[in-house]
Amino acid sequence: MAHAAAAPSAHDTTHGHPPTSTGLDNKKIAIWAFIGSECMLFASLISTYLIYKGRSVVGPYPHDACLPPQCSTPLKAILNIPVTSASTFVLLMSSLAMVLALAAVEMKDQPKHTTSERILGNSKLWLWMTALLGTTFLAFQAFEFTSFVHEGLTIRTNLFGSSFFTLTGFHGAHVTAGVLWLLTLLAIDYRRGLGPKDALNVDLAALYWHFVDVVWIAIFTLVYLIK
Amino acid sequence: MSHDNSHDHHANVDHAAMGIEKEHPTWSTYWKVAVILTLMTVIEVWIYYIPSFVASRAFVPVLLLMSAVKFFIVVAFYMHLRYDHKLFRVLFTGPLIIAMTTLVGLMFLFGKFSLK
Repeated sequence: MAHAAAAPSAHDTTHGHPPTSTGLDNKKIAIWAFIGSECMLFASLISTYLIYKGRSVVGPYPHDACLPPQCSTPLKAILNIPVTSASTFVLLMSSLAMVLALAAVEMKDQPKHTTSERILGNSKLWLWMTALLGTTFLAFQAFEFTSFVHEGLTIRTNLFGSSFFTLTGFHGAHVTAGVLWLLTLLAIDYRRGLGPKDALNVDLAALYWHFVDVVWIAIFTLVYLIK
Repeated sequence: MSHDNSHDHHANVDHAAMGIEKEHPTWSTYWKVAVILTLMTVIEVWIYYIPSFVASRAFVPVLLLMSAVKFFIVVAFYMHLRYDHKLFRVLFTGPLIIAMTTLVGLMFLFGKFSLK
């Protein structure tokens, strides 16, 4: 084929990716398409949770606290809002660390004169911070799951348990994948250093991480706060 | 601050391939967004502990509205959708609209919402 052997275009040699009909890197188009499909996945999981909400025949229940004499047996609301609020804050801060990591990679070649510029321009620091905050969020989730099991709520106990553990478990799995992705970026940064030419690859990880954050924003309101 | 306009010098960042149509926000914008998101989360949790507000009809709409605003702030500023190529906006908002429509449709189908 005549054009298969053609010399690479200027765009090809300058930016290190083959020319595309859109002019956009296929990886970035792919991550947005993936995020779009993930929206539908989480919408189906959230829908399932909302449909089953209030239909559990046996406890424990998410919000409904009831003490004697109103109820013959005491019922305790199982969701721990203060702990989940803290984990929500941690995930929001991880998104801030992630955008700072991307900005630091984009700015790697720029001279840094002040201490604040050196801190803000340190990609390893912000990638570590993001991964650490992500891991802290997972620790909160492990604590929550463990305490629920101790209080008698498992994935098989009732409809609330099934839909809750499936939804938040899927989200936790996504956070875990994100932390592993961040650790691979850190390994590359330590091995050869991440620079402006790697900005696209860091951007892909950042988009995935922020998506995980926005999903949690929805879950926090719909599952934890709305009674 | 000297670093606020330093995004203008990303000579080695492939803006075209990344679909960046406008300059991304600065560091100070990222911090402001974080403060706004934190304050909104604090307000959400705070109103959760006000029994009279929880019992009112405004509780659920207010929480949903605040959650939607937080969602779109993260997508617009942290995910840079406000600044990037419109194809990315289509790739995100298209499935998001399908997802939201499906969710609302299922709520009606299973009797969680009613027009009566």
